[in-house]
Amino acid sequence: MTYILKPQLHHPKLPTNSLGYTRRDYEGSVSTLCAGCGHDSISAAIIQACFELELPPHRVAKLSGIGCSSKTPDYFLGNSHGFNTVHGRMPSVLTGANLANRDLIYLGVSGDGDSASIGLGQFAHAIRRSVNMLYIVENNGVYGLTKGQFSATSDKGSKSKRGVVNTDAGIDMVSLALQMGATFVGRSFSGDKDQLVPLIKAGLSHKGAAFIDCISPCVQFNNHNGSTKSFDYVREHNEAVNRLDVITPRDEIKVDYKPGETVRVQQHDGSVLSLHKLNELYNPNSRAQALGYLQARQARGQIVTGLLFVDPKAGDLHDAVDTVETPLNQLNEHELVPGQTALARINQSLR
Amino acid sequence: MPEAAQSQGGVSVGGKSRVNDFVVKFANVNGSGSASANGLFARSVMRMGVPVAARNIFPSNIQGLPTWYEVRITEAGHLGRRGGVDLMVAMNPQTWDRDVAEIESGGFLFYDSTRAIPPSKFRDDITVIGVPLTAMCNEAYELPRERQLFKNTIYVGALAGLLGMEIQAIEDLLADDFAGKDRLIKANVEALHMGLSYVQKFLAPLPLQVRRADAVGDRIYVEGNNAAALGAVYGGATVCAWYPITPSTSLAEAFTGYCQDLRVDPETGKNRFAIVQAEDEIASIGIVVGAGWNGCRSFTATSGPGISLMTEFIGLSYFAEIPAVIFDVQRGGPSTGMPTRTQQADLLAAAYAGHGDTKHPMLLPADPGECFEMGAQAFDLADRLQTTVFVMLDLDIGMNEWLTHPFQWDDSRKLDRGKVMTAEQLEAGADFGRYKDVDGDGIPYRTYPGTHPTLGGYFTRGTSRNPYARYSEEGAVYVDNMERLLRKFDTAKALVPAPVLRAGKRKTRDGVIYFGSTTPAMHEALEMLEAEGRSLDALRIRGFPFADQVFDFIDQHDRVFLVEQNRDAQLKTLLMTEGEVDPAKLVSMLHYDGTPITARYIAGEIARRMQLGQSEAAE
Repeated sequence: MTYILKPQLHHPKLPTNSLGYTRRDYEGSVSTLCAGCGHDSISAAIIQACFELELPPHRVAKLSGIGCSSKTPDYFLGNSHGFNTVHGRMPSVLTGANLANRDLIYLGVSGDGDSASIGLGQFAHAIRRSVNMLYIVENNGVYGLTKGQFSATSDKGSKSKRGVVNTDAGIDMVSLALQMGATFVGRSFSGDKDQLVPLIKAGLSHKGAAFIDCISPCVQFNNHNGSTKSFDYVREHNEAVNRLDVITPRDEIKVDYKPGETVRVQQHDGSVLSLHKLNELYNPNSRAQALGYLQARQARGQIVTGLLFVDPKAGDLHDAVDTVETPLNQLNEHELVPGQTALARINQSLR
Repeated sequence: MPEAAQSQGGVSVGGKSRVNDFVVKFANVNGSGSASANGLFARSVMRMGVPVAARNIFPSNIQGLPTWYEVRITEAGHLGRRGGVDLMVAMNPQTWDRDVAEIESGGFLFYDSTRAIPPSKFRDDITVIGVPLTAMCNEAYELPRERQLFKNTIYVGALAGLLGMEIQAIEDLLADDFAGKDRLIKANVEALHMGLSYVQKFLAPLPLQVRRADAVGDRIYVEGNNAAALGAVYGGATVCAWYPITPSTSLAEAFTGYCQDLRVDPETGKNRFAIVQAEDEIASIGIVVGAGWNGCRSFTATSGPGISLMTEFIGLSYFAEIPAVIFDVQRGGPSTGMPTRTQQADLLAAAYAGHGDTKHPMLLPADPGECFEMGAQAFDLADRLQTTVFVMLDLDIGMNEWLTHPFQWDDSRKLDRGKVMTAEQLEAGADFGRYKDVDGDGIPYRTYPGTHPTLGGYFTRGTSRNPYARYSEEGAVYVDNMERLLRKFDTAKALVPAPVLRAGKRKTRDGVIYFGSTTPAMHEALEMLEAEGRSLDALRIRGFPFADQVFDFIDQHDRVFLVEQNRDAQLKTLLMTEGEVDPAKLVSMLHYDGTPITARYIAGEIARRMQLGQSEAAE
């Protein structure tokens, strides 16, 4: 058995949130990924974000595709329903799940193999449909589970562990998400918890298609000289444009940066994103500027991280298809079945 | 007024009188507006109380290619194709030769006689009726579009005169169809009378006559796709994800129409449904599976190529046990095949879709009435069995209007949501094992996401797992689960629609098995065979997995004909795979040229095989 249950014991003085849950209540089973894997850091960040946001664990539905990253939903939110779907097709399954019950929070977890190759189409279409979700790509630029092949996000010219040079252009998921109309786009690094946790909290609070590209070095196959997704490379080339704080309606507002350095963005659910700008030129409310800025920095070999774009007034797929407020999976017979009277009228129209 | 056309060919108008029992075929160019005129003709016959069976034979094209519309006028109620044509309305020069060749000896040819056609283009053994349609139109109308459209209405008027139809029935229908558009009604009625007057002035009625009868009853006239879509509404489907593909597109479109009519919250104006035209068939089924996992009744409509694309997800639905409904409106395969022609050639692809060991329930409707019933029932079965359920239509049922019994719904009927564990049951201490066989029927309990903060959550996956949904690669655990899935499939046997037996008039050792759109032609063929003194017991299969009755039927007969509309005898393969059947007993009769099977084909083939059998026995 490769399923490992976590021991249930925990320190009696672990802090609880207002729902009475400890951080442990947001954990899952023990990870079976390699020691030091960036993905485990992302799982830890998700756990912390959900704990801090005080989400009832069962109100989150977590979905994934196939691959190392897609295994991770088993390792967090153990009380939530999870769905490890088929390779590259998580976006459609998440879309259907979301249509069925608009009241849950949808977290899609995928990897670069899952989302940038086989799943590129579904990724693009779920984003352009504004499915209300947080979609995280745990991006290591390599196929880990099949032992080290290049993925579609591997940069042109980067070297594999065996020294092979990648000759295909790399896909930048952040630029793609921006072009497809994502209304919340961020990038972070698995080794930067301070940046990642608030970004996940903000993405979970966002209404509409939220996307985070999280660079997550593969310790086994892509953490060597020549890789552009290694810990060292990302640390050296990281260009963070802002630092984010998420203030939920429950929180007392304490953060107060000096004017000119802070951008405040209020989202649909009342949460306030407080962005401490590290780069004066950067404006997270302009899709066009975000794309231009990304490309300019990319040309210099820099990896831009932070909240790159947000539209706080975004709508979602339910707005587009104009569904009732009651989740569709809770409608009863009376609301769904028109009955014999309506049928008699239809029969008459077909004579 | 142009000159009356000369009757060409050697036979005078006359011959045996045929009332309410003949076949009219319209040969047109598609995109010329003929479809509505031809439909008007067929429905007018029905308004006179005479049943019709109309079939569109159309190209995968929007404008300019040949298209046919065959109307069988049949007071006796034979709704299958008979085979052969008594009156050809030849409006397409491209297909003239084959259209003329198709007319039964002693039959009739109706054509536009504006331009002279060489005598060699006709036949000696048919009667030719020319009406100068183009000349009449050119005289009466200025605009080219009007000239083209009203030509169709004029020939309907001319046919009404030739066949003795009640002009009032056609006018009433026009008034219903164009209610509120008085100018259109007036213009069409004028065109109708233009054709009628010409016939009354220059031609004699044909021996083929339509006479008022009372044989339609309360039946309705509807396409199977439309009926199946309405079934989905009554079955409580709320999520539909689809991708356009002939011949299934009109099913999703009809569902959209019915939902807008029947499923809008009267107070808020908001929708109690969600329909997504997805980017492809893979996303369509993905959305369906996601919605099914989350407790919605959801479906997609597709055809063979779509099934191929959906196969991985169908396997996931089987193994992860997620309800889904797929309407497969079958067309001619393989590959792009014959997109606008009919076949029953997806049976194997659907029954065993997926990699590894998979099998899926299928419902096999025979007419639009059953499309409605099975369309609704499929959702109960999918929820009850927690798996993909196929409803196997074909182009003939799906895209042609059929006369069928009226839709009925029992208002006391409840939707069967299957085994769903609630928060209350979990609180009360129920032992929840997602893949545990609690009741011995192979069907486990499930919970919807979001049910309870700490109980009933589980991780769904396509990989092997133990009864508590925990990942496991242990052989014994895997085998237990696969055996349980077999038990579940066995449970399905009693839940899918039972076969229908139609016993021969006399005791017989010969049987015939058939299904789906073959049904009306089969019933007529059985009558034809009885009239020749050949009795057969007939069993119509309506569901898969096969009921025990199907195998008993084969056991009880010495020889069983299997009639299918595919090349490879797919039903035979299914029967031999799923049961203990002696293949020597089974005689396949396969009609798969893309046109709907005819009564003459079935009766002729069975008679020939029976004769062969007799002569072999005599040797």
